[in-house]
Order: sequence, then C-alpha cells, then structure tokens
Amino acid sequence: MAAPVVMYEEEYAQLKSAITRLCADANAKFVFLVDKNGQQIAAHGEMLNLDTTSLASLTAGNVAATDGLAHLIGEQGFPVLSHEGERDNIHISIVANRVILVVIFDERSSLGLVRLRVKRATAEMNSIFDAIDRKIDREREMGFALDSPFAEITEEDIDALFS
Amino acid sequence: MTFINYASREINCKIVYYGPGLGGKTTNLQFIYDSTAQQAKGKLISLATETDRTLFFDFLPLDLGTVRGFKTRFHLYTVPGQVFYDASRKLILKGVDGVVFVADSQRERMDANVESLFNLELNLRQHGYELGKLPYVLQLNKRDLPNVVSVEELRAELIRKDEPVFEAVASRGNGVFDTLKAVAKQVLMELRKTSGG
Repeated sequence: MAAPVVMYEEEYAQLKSAITRLCADANAKFVFLVDKNGQQIAAHGEMLNLDTTSLASLTAGNVAATDGLAHLIGEQGFPVLSHEGERDNIHISIVANRVILVVIFDERSSLGLVRLRVKRATAEMNSIFDAIDRKIDREREMGFALDSPFAEITEEDIDALFS
Repeated sequence: MTFINYASREINCKIVYYGPGLGGKTTNLQFIYDSTAQQAKGKLISLATETDRTLFFDFLPLDLGTVRGFKTRFHLYTVPGQVFYDASRKLILKGVDGVVFVADSQRERMDANVESLFNLELNLRQHGYELGKLPYVLQLNKRDLPNVVSVEELRAELIRKDEPVFEAVASRGNGVFDTLKAVAKQVLMELRKTSGG
C-alpha cells in the first residue's frame, strides 16, 4: 500500500492563510485546494453551501481527464484550465505537481487578475508543500509516523465502525 | 492513497468498484446510498450517458465514524465497465486504497469477467500497484438469475489471492454491505500495518 498523504496542522494553517489572502487579492468568491486524488485540502470563500466533497472529486476527475488528453496529443499536461459561465467562472491550476488550486470568481474580478494572483500564491504554496515533503522524509528516516492515528488502532476499533 | 489531515482530524480512503459492464458496480453504490443515513453520506455523483451507462465514474463519499479521534471517510468510486472506456478506468484507479471486483454471475458474462479482471491487474500495475498486495474483495453478483455459473466455478476462475468472496444480489442489496465492510476493514488493517501498529 502506498504511504498515506499527510497534512500537518502547521502547514494546513499556512495553506489556509495563503488561500484566504488569494481569495481577497483576486476578489474571488471561493478558493479551494484539492489533492489530485480528489481529497479536499482547504477552502475559503463566500460560497458556504457549496458541496466541497463533490467539487473535489469532480475537479480531480476533470484534471485527470485533461491530463489524459494532453498525453494523447504529446503534451506534458495542461497546467491551467479555465471555464467561463454565465455568472461564475472557474480557474483551475496545478500546484506542487500534485495539488489542484480552484478559484471561483464572478464579475467582481477578472481572469487576468485571478491568473496574476494565482501565480504569486502558487509560489508561496509550493514552498509549503516542500516543507511537508521534508517533514515526511524526516519521519521516514526516523522510522516512524508522527502520531499516526493507526498505530494503536485495534480490530475492535474497526469493528465498532460497522456496528 | 489515504489522506490523513491532522488539522481537521480526518482520514480519507479511496475504494474503487471494478468489473465488466452492467455487472452491478453502480447498483452497489446506489444501494449503499439509498440505505445510508443522511448524516453519513454525501451526494452520489454519477457521470453517465443518456442511457445510464457509467461514462466516467460514480462517486459516493461515506462517513464511517470516528477512530481514535479521527473522522474516517471512505470515497467510493465505480469505473465504467464497457471495454472501450479503458483510458477512464486507468484514471479512476489512481490513488486507490482498496478494490472490489463485481463479477457478473451469468454464464454468458464469464469471458467479460475474466477480461475485466485481467484489465484490472494490468491497470493497477501501470500505477505501480500489485493486486496481491492491495486490499481486495470479490463479489459474485446477480446470484438470483437462472443462468448463473456455480459459485465454485466462479471462484476457480476469478479468485486471485484467497480474498474474501461474497455472493450478492446488488439490486436487492444482498451482500452489498458485507462486501463494503470487508474491503473497508482490510484498508484500515493495512493502514495499521504500514504505521507500524
């Protein structure tokens, strides 16, 4: 089984801060970070009733399908996707090669402004993900997982989930 | 690939339902969705054709409860079973933590089962997985139909590694939750193993 993807509290707080700033700077409605496997990482914005679980899964599917198309025509990938709606628009870009940044904006912003602010935020988030990778590598070197919730899990704990 | 979020205290795992076209993968998810309490499930997303054949994937997020203070969520996906959707199946398998193979017990679908299982192993290998090392359950669906192959014959043809095997009639819900529990349990036990527990 592949090693789990981990999000630590300190780096989560930094990412949340970065996307909060991005949302304000880009005048966006909603900013969302999704793992390429479809897991939601962090979100900020005014669309409080948005189904972020579905958004995460569909976004990851969208990016995966687009990556597939890119490889078919000999491209490495399409790192930026943009969808224009009647009222709202979506800007999708890849951060640190494995995370998807989604920005939803309306007429209060513009594609140009969003792209500019995303570029700046991406640089910041890349270094946060580098820090996460370094932390995971350190754990592996030490030979244990930091406070893994699974380390002491018992069969009874698991059975209780299904009772 | 399991996602552990220490900040929100959540664990997310991915389970993929695989198998030949019209075998019952989507039916499994639909039954799970219909039978699960509102607070324990998200929306069932189905990206399908006009004739309700899965086009890209079905997706159902399930909340299983809390383990050691961590909310445990399973994301269930189905792949499109029709042969020509192989490119999509490869994408959906990425990051998988556990697999359910839904076999169609009908005699005339035996070749399709075998082909789909071979396809699963091939696609997993391309992502760097080995079926032998992955949490895996075999479901023998449509046991209620008159033209079914015997369980012994299906096991002989389809068993790969002494995985749990469940007979099912997914349209009625028989065997659906047993299958899900078995694969989810395997995923969690495997996570315990890899954390040094």
